Amino acid sequence: MDFASSERAGAQPREITSAKIVIAGGFGVGKTTLVGAVSEIEPLTTEALMTSAGQGVDDASKVPGKETTTVAMDFGRITMADDLILYLFGTPGQTRFWFMWDELIRGAVGAAVLVDTRRIADAFAPLDYFENRHLPYIVALNCFDGAPRYEPDEVREALAIPPHVPLVMCDARHRESVKAVLVQVVEHAMATLVAEQSGGYPAVVG
Amino acid sequence: MGQPQDPRGNLVRPYAVTRGRTEPRRDIPIEAILVASQAAVQEARFAGHDKYRIAVLCEAKPQSLAELSAFTRQPLGVARVLVADMVADGLLSLHSAAPKKGFTERMDLLERVLSGLRKL
Ligand SMILES: Nc1nc2c(ncn2[C@@H]2O[C@H](COP(=O)(O)OP(=O)(O)OP(=O)(O)O)[C@@H](O)[C@H]2O)c(=O)[nH]1
Ligand SMILES: [Mg+2]
Repeated sequence: MDFASSERAGAQPREITSAKIVIAGGFGVGKTTLVGAVSEIEPLTTEALMTSAGQGVDDASKVPGKETTTVAMDFGRITMADDLILYLFGTPGQTRFWFMWDELIRGAVGAAVLVDTRRIADAFAPLDYFENRHLPYIVALNCFDGAPRYEPDEVREALAIPPHVPLVMCDARHRESVKAVLVQVVEHAMATLVAEQSGGYPAVVG
Repeated sequence: MGQPQDPRGNLVRPYAVTRGRTEPRRDIPIEAILVASQAAVQEARFAGHDKYRIAVLCEAKPQSLAELSAFTRQPLGVARVLVADMVADGLLSLHSAAPKKGFTERMDLLERVLSGLRKL
């Protein structure tokens, strides 16, 4: 039985690995734009069913009468090799859908929290979320046209971003800029892993 | 159930394609990769339209659960039930479903992703 099944599905001798990076941030900060700037496909959308309270719905019959809604997440893909695919997932803009954020960050390499410099205070909720999770993240300031230009240190102070969290400027529309953000996420994930290995950072329990 | 007058109608209907089943046979991460062989595509002809469509997509190139949900326009939970069935029935092979554990394995993956990004 098992043999027959693997025969039929088989054909692909090599294990394909996928990795994901989460692009987080509040409503309209440029998540989809960032994903689209590097993705090999137009960003796609997947929807999950949720109660309006932000819980996932597995069984409709368990939540009779509760308001339900769909929450959309968009994502892009970068095929790096025959056996390696990177996915970039944008979080739902509405930060109340924490349930979905939890699913998105599970197994992720790391995250970038996008901040719109015109609405800095919108970043508090996403930043608080990551502060309490065990996932390496960086902060990327998306510089919109005509937005006030802050020094990175001013933003770090205003948002109380801890010193060990990298902070970068970016333009979500530009491929090279987005590449640099993603490189930072991965480098930070590596540094965090090394530090953990040598007992450096205390592990935050998520 | 699922009648137009049912206040839960909108919610129940997406699960019609799974015959009302909402629990997948196994949990599959959103970024897990699914692959189908040509033989599996032939066999999936008899598994219904949705599963056939999924098999065709996964034969053309490896696809994540998220992509299958997007391309078939099924909510994630529905796509997950269908895909889990297909894995159990040997129509799809599942890749990258377990998170990398251990320092070396995780570091290797990060290094590969980093060099992939630099080559973009
Ligand atoms: N000037 C400028 N505009 C940008 C930048 N990034 C995004 N935009 C624009 O800002 C608007 C919102 O960007 P989206 O990428 O849709 O933002 P989002 O975070 O995906 O939004 P939601 O999914 O609705 O939360 C779009 O009109 C973009 O064209 C940027 O770096 N600079
Ligand atoms: Mg968006």
